[in-house]
Amino acid sequence: MGLLRYESQVRPPLVDGNKEYHQITEDICRPVESKPTKAWWIGFSISLVFLIFGAVSVTMEVVYGIGQWNLNKTIGWGWDITNFVWWIGIGHAGTLISAILLLFRQGWRTGVNRAAEAMTIFAVMCAGQFPIFHMGRVWDAFFTLPYPNTRGPLWVNFNSPLLWDVFAISTYFTVSLLFWYSGLIPDLATLRDRAKKKWRKLFYGITAFGWTGSTKHWQRHEALALVLAGLSTPLVLSVHTIVSFDFATSVVPGWHTTIFPPYFVAGAIFSGFAMVQTLLVITRKVLSLEQYITIEHIEVMNKVIILTGSIVGIAYLTELFMSWYGANAYEGFAFMENRLNLNSPYGWSYWIMMGCNVLSPQIFWSSKMRRNVTVTFFMSILVNIGMWFERFVIIVTSIYRDYLPSSWSTYYRPTIWEIGFYMGTFGLFFTCYFLFAKYFPVIALAEIKHILKRSGDNYKKKMDKLEGQESEGFAKEHAHDHGA
Amino acid sequence: MAVKKFIVGSFDDEAVLFPAVKEVRKAGYKIHDVFTPFPIHGLDKAMGLRDTSLHTAGFIYGIMGTTTALGFITWALTTDWPLNFGGKPFFSLPAWIPIMFELTVLFSAVGMVLTFCYLCQVAPFVKKDHFNLRSTDDLFIMALGCTAKSNDEEMISFLQSVGAKDVTVEHKETEWWLGRYDKETKIFEKTKTELVA
Repeated sequence: MGLLRYESQVRPPLVDGNKEYHQITEDICRPVESKPTKAWWIGFSISLVFLIFGAVSVTMEVVYGIGQWNLNKTIGWGWDITNFVWWIGIGHAGTLISAILLLFRQGWRTGVNRAAEAMTIFAVMCAGQFPIFHMGRVWDAFFTLPYPNTRGPLWVNFNSPLLWDVFAISTYFTVSLLFWYSGLIPDLATLRDRAKKKWRKLFYGITAFGWTGSTKHWQRHEALALVLAGLSTPLVLSVHTIVSFDFATSVVPGWHTTIFPPYFVAGAIFSGFAMVQTLLVITRKVLSLEQYITIEHIEVMNKVIILTGSIVGIAYLTELFMSWYGANAYEGFAFMENRLNLNSPYGWSYWIMMGCNVLSPQIFWSSKMRRNVTVTFFMSILVNIGMWFERFVIIVTSIYRDYLPSSWSTYYRPTIWEIGFYMGTFGLFFTCYFLFAKYFPVIALAEIKHILKRSGDNYKKKMDKLEGQESEGFAKEHAHDHGA
Repeated sequence: MAVKKFIVGSFDDEAVLFPAVKEVRKAGYKIHDVFTPFPIHGLDKAMGLRDTSLHTAGFIYGIMGTTTALGFITWALTTDWPLNFGGKPFFSLPAWIPIMFELTVLFSAVGMVLTFCYLCQVAPFVKKDHFNLRSTDDLFIMALGCTAKSNDEEMISFLQSVGAKDVTVEHKETEWWLGRYDKETKIFEKTKTELVA
């Protein structure tokens, strides 16, 4: 019992059922080792169709130019940058779960972190497409990099938030990928050592990097995970802060506000958790992992959703208050007329945003709703619609009526190729996620085993007896010595 | 490259493994390594391994990233091609902080992962000898190195007495080689037979 680390009975178990180490391996490897189901093929095919639609849409834009989109003068950023910010926001939950919650020692992260990190990486891949293709001449995209060139060399503008974005997003993608993959290596080794088929031995043999599980290697692995978590924590906050600088450093009414960085970060976590819920509610059901991604996990994430949703709500109200209190005619017009007024051309989008992001998550004050899987799924979709409209509101309602009223008449509607591009990123995202869920363990095997004896259902039950003991006697008997 | 002889004990509970590691070390046997399916906190201390310096390496890489960003931007925007952006000074440090920060994180993360791979000698197509395939599943495998003086029988019974479920004698390659896991790949077939004998 010396090693059975004590955790209060107040905390619900994180692994349900009567599990032992081998059973965990079996449960989590089963979906990877069995043949793809019919549902998987259907889902995968639909995603591929979307991906192809996206590829066609992008081809149209590259071949015929940016005129294939309905962007115009004053609305230079439309669906493309809206989608970019939306996807980047979704890409924040994974690193938040894996890094910040690791530093806060939240045991529940182990059940969801692997899938959430994968989702982060795929979301950032989708996000990256938009600014790249928005450039129009996509073959010149490398101009954003500071490389020695024959034009002087003329360097990129290091003072520009748009360049900061290039660095922030490429760093974020690289670091998330390294964090995710270094965590995957031991689990891939498990799959490799269980493999029966030749191609599995080959594939997992290559991807597991020859991992053996040596104690020294684990020691370094833990150190690596901790430092990468420490690095990713400010990184994840910096990325959306820098995205918000794209807006906040301009002099456009509705963008020019100092509240943007914290407001964007809260919104990113909000939408990211919603997407994690959408995916995990389906994943746990389809792969029958309900004992690892429990109702407790879902409830905790719903608590994060109501917290961040309310932070976002306060940010909206603060913005409104400041536009009134600041008494700047242009700011006042952007907020009171272009957004708040339901009868203005885009007033509807502001109220969809308010309804989905601020009002609807309040349902989660009720623990019954937090623990209801159907409600959670429905809410997660609603939140993501709301967060998409948030970015749409910020971008379009701020710029469709600029300082020159003569250019006000246009009403921005996306073309089929703009919509297709967005649908295409859904295709990319889900194609990647389907492949991930089929060929990689969706739950961090080693980490679940690590918390089993502290937070497993059957182990927590054994602690009932100890709960009754007097505290001094307990402390004396079960002092936390690492076998030194 | 060397094939060595080991006495390999497998344990199915880390609560048994910990005292066993202590007993084995007290008895003076040399632990080659302990293979576990997940990290066990404190096992490195119990085995007498020193702390890793990977953090320090990460710090140094991070500093390299900061100085690279600051040095390069300073040179590009003040010396090589100074450009006037809205009348602001050429050396406008506050605007460079985001990129300095990003490069700090990037250098530190990439550097640490590469260092980790180098120290642990892991990479694609690297193959290593396994003591027990279940060490990545549910067993804790302790390998004791044999020397010319050591007595196999004594070591086997000792391991059993401290709680090992299963004890075997194995001849294993201790280094890595380039190979695939879907087929048997051996290095230096000749060397192997010589050393085993």
